[in-house]
Amino acid sequence: MGKNFEFLTRYKEVGVLTLATILIIVFAIACKAKNNPGEYVSLPMAKKQDSLASIAAFEKVYAVLMHPRCMNCHPSGDIPLQGDNSQIHTMLPQRGPDGRGIATMKCATCHADKAVPGDHTPPGNPSWHLPPADMKMVFQGKSARELALQLVNPKKNGNKDMQALREHAEDTLVKAGWQMGGNRESPPISYEEFKKVWYAWLDNGAHAPSK
Amino acid sequence: MALFNINVNGKSQQVDVDADTPVLWVLRDNLRLLGTKFGCGIAHCGVCTIHLDGEATRSCSYPISEVEGKKIVTIEGLTENGDHPVQKAWIEHDVPQCGYCQAGQIMTASSLLAQNPNPSDDEIRRAMNGNLCRCATYTRINRAIKTASKDM
Repeated sequence: MGKNFEFLTRYKEVGVLTLATILIIVFAIACKAKNNPGEYVSLPMAKKQDSLASIAAFEKVYAVLMHPRCMNCHPSGDIPLQGDNSQIHTMLPQRGPDGRGIATMKCATCHADKAVPGDHTPPGNPSWHLPPADMKMVFQGKSARELALQLVNPKKNGNKDMQALREHAEDTLVKAGWQMGGNRESPPISYEEFKKVWYAWLDNGAHAPSK
Repeated sequence: MALFNINVNGKSQQVDVDADTPVLWVLRDNLRLLGTKFGCGIAHCGVCTIHLDGEATRSCSYPISEVEGKKIVTIEGLTENGDHPVQKAWIEHDVPQCGYCQAGQIMTASSLLAQNPNPSDDEIRRAMNGNLCRCATYTRINRAIKTASKDM
């Protein structure tokens, strides 16, 4: 009886230790996955988790972000794109370290806070810029999955957490995409509709589509 | 129409124009400073370049309402006697051909050298990309800027 009790006690101790070890390993893997830029798909502050609703919303978000009004300032190179056909920007202005250009060829060299009215005059905005050189936040050429993963990764999205991502919809330069002036084409959905799908994507877990 | 107080070449001026009027129009039509030229009107050619608080700026794409409280310098105000190092180098290298673009070229080059007194060929090329010369005097422009950089 005494030996049996001792055996059971040791058996329990080994079981608890094994379980604890497994939990530690699982926790370590989870932490590593969270910090791995390529696998960060769901934000911890999401209000609800409806992956289908999230992915459906992102389809519309993606259509806006890949539209020339958004993508032109998120180029794969260091020169912005221009126009409804996303051609390389004439005069080849460079991104520069802060995304606002280089000496004598800054964005503000031509883009005033407020534009001179006209079909072909440079659009105006007080904060006209590209993403900075140390975090280029490229949209051009990205699949929906690649872009979704990039957008929720603070190491690739401008150090934005969930709240900052939500607030980014109110950024004056984001809004400018719908107020570009002249005969420039607007994104495929309205700004108000964009905000709804942006929040729906984030609030349902910011899931990335499979492709 | 509205009244706007602007500072041009160190002198305070008041103009009565529409708020959307490009600075270039005000300089040429209201203040009769004709050194700054009209080229394309959409900031694609650089001939209208002025300095706005020291920065090269296309005067055709800035409405007058955006420049109150800022210091505007035109080619007439770059130096009192036309002896800026860039202007002297321009003469030394016989840069202009038709000369229409040179006010804009000189304003951009002088802004570049104020920020980067010893630019490389590549830095000059990148900085001057927005200033077109239909006579294609780009090689002489580049040489003149290199020469001017020695006097900065």
